[in-house]
Amino acid sequence: MAFGARILVWGERACFTRPEMKVERVSYDVITPSAARGILEAIHWKPAIRWHIDRIHVLKPIRFESIRRNEVGGKLSPASAAKAMKAGSTAGLATFVDEDRQQRAATVLRDVRYLIEAHFELTSRAGPDDSVGKHLDIFNRRARKGQCFHAPCLGVREFPASFALLEDDAPAPLPDDGVEADKDLGWMLHDIDFSDGMTPRFFRAHMHGGVIEVPPWQAGEVKA
Amino acid sequence: MTAIAHRYEFVYLFDVTNGNPNGDPDAGNLPRLDPETNRGLVTDVALKRKIRNFVALDKEGGPGHAIYMQEKAILNLQHEKAWKALDIPPDTKDGYKKLPKDEAKAREITAWMCTNFFDVRTFGAVMTTGINAGQVRGPVQLGFATSVEPVLPLEISITRMAVTTEKEAEAQSGDNRTMGRKHILPYGLYRAHGFVSAKLAERTGFSDDDLQLLWRALINMFEHDRSAARGEMAARKLIVFEHASAMGDAPAHVLFDTVKVERATLEDDGPARSFADYRVHIDAEALPRGISVREYL
Repeated sequence: MAFGARILVWGERACFTRPEMKVERVSYDVITPSAARGILEAIHWKPAIRWHIDRIHVLKPIRFESIRRNEVGGKLSPASAAKAMKAGSTAGLATFVDEDRQQRAATVLRDVRYLIEAHFELTSRAGPDDSVGKHLDIFNRRARKGQCFHAPCLGVREFPASFALLEDDAPAPLPDDGVEADKDLGWMLHDIDFSDGMTPRFFRAHMHGGVIEVPPWQAGEVKA
Repeated sequence: MTAIAHRYEFVYLFDVTNGNPNGDPDAGNLPRLDPETNRGLVTDVALKRKIRNFVALDKEGGPGHAIYMQEKAILNLQHEKAWKALDIPPDTKDGYKKLPKDEAKAREITAWMCTNFFDVRTFGAVMTTGINAGQVRGPVQLGFATSVEPVLPLEISITRMAVTTEKEAEAQSGDNRTMGRKHILPYGLYRAHGFVSAKLAERTGFSDDDLQLLWRALINMFEHDRSAARGEMAARKLIVFEHASAMGDAPAHVLFDTVKVERATLEDDGPARSFADYRVHIDAEALPRGISVREYL
């Protein structure tokens, strides 16, 4: 594990929204590689590096809960913001929540705990003084101390993630009783290809002994 | 405005007496319950709404403190006007759906929104998608508030000595009465956790003044949120952890674990009915180095 990092993340609730059920959100059964990458990036990231998730260990049983909330339906148009800028006043630039209200249910995960194994590679934006070792050291130092750029979350920001570094010599924790060790999780979002106009790419997620092997991003089985 | 230079976490305790802190639309407006533990819940967005309302009251929309997500029942005519007479031509393909392709222009818009709107600067806002600059991730993050102990919702039936329609009056042959229902919790003490990222504050310009305003909002927001449904709600404790550095010096969960809320008397003396039945203790010994803790309330 000289070139990778292992980090434990856990929290009360999580929502890794399935893209096909976005309106009334339904979470995937487990954390997606994309969300795991987001957690790592909340701790340390530079344009010079790119995280790759290798393995996800599911340490707690998969359980769901439903929550319904009032949300707003619309988004701010930059055009109206530009208009207000020109006028130099915020008058009339607002969303009135009671006119734009939607009640949406979310089916979210309860009481989750994962071990994320990941490594990174340097991107084309890496300078001469960027090296894998340097960034890995920074990441490990930060994770050990509990430092982060912003508080990482479990899919959505209202579900904060606690995290702790798993040191190189520590054994991987065993899943709790009640974790269904072997499960076919179906097609799951791997990550979004930002270089190709935000195309989501999927992979077939299988849990073996509580561990999901995440295929590399370039692998043939990852399909857009 | 210079942005804040420290990371913060906070523990916020508030209670409700004979009221409903946050109704559940899925359960006929019963107080929200965690079905597994019977603990009460108050969503993050409910708390954010009250913070916004307090700031709107306190600053009266003064410069830099306008509120973008407003609660108001008047038609926003100016919003429609904004679609006309623009100096940014709409994109030929996407119309107004995407931010201007010109990234500098997009950033300018985002920066202007952050400067003028307190809630955009604090909680962030999604201003269409497409370019990252169009999505502001705010520095302040709140989790769900959970009650310290399981709560018991009561259903209270009430009568009204009037009816709504003439038809009802006729059906009751003049005995004009209707029955209604209220859901209350006799008592519940709730605990919420929050996070303030100094690094994200740099991007939105969330300043020390804004932070002080946030603390004031948390302390006072229930004072301006009285209603028939709420009963008596009060902020009870606001415990703030300040890290020495912007990135932070300790894991958040370690800090939260130092705040313990227990029953004042350890022998079980029935259900809690007031804040005096609880004891809040901060384990100062367990605080990691580089963390200073402050009780604002």
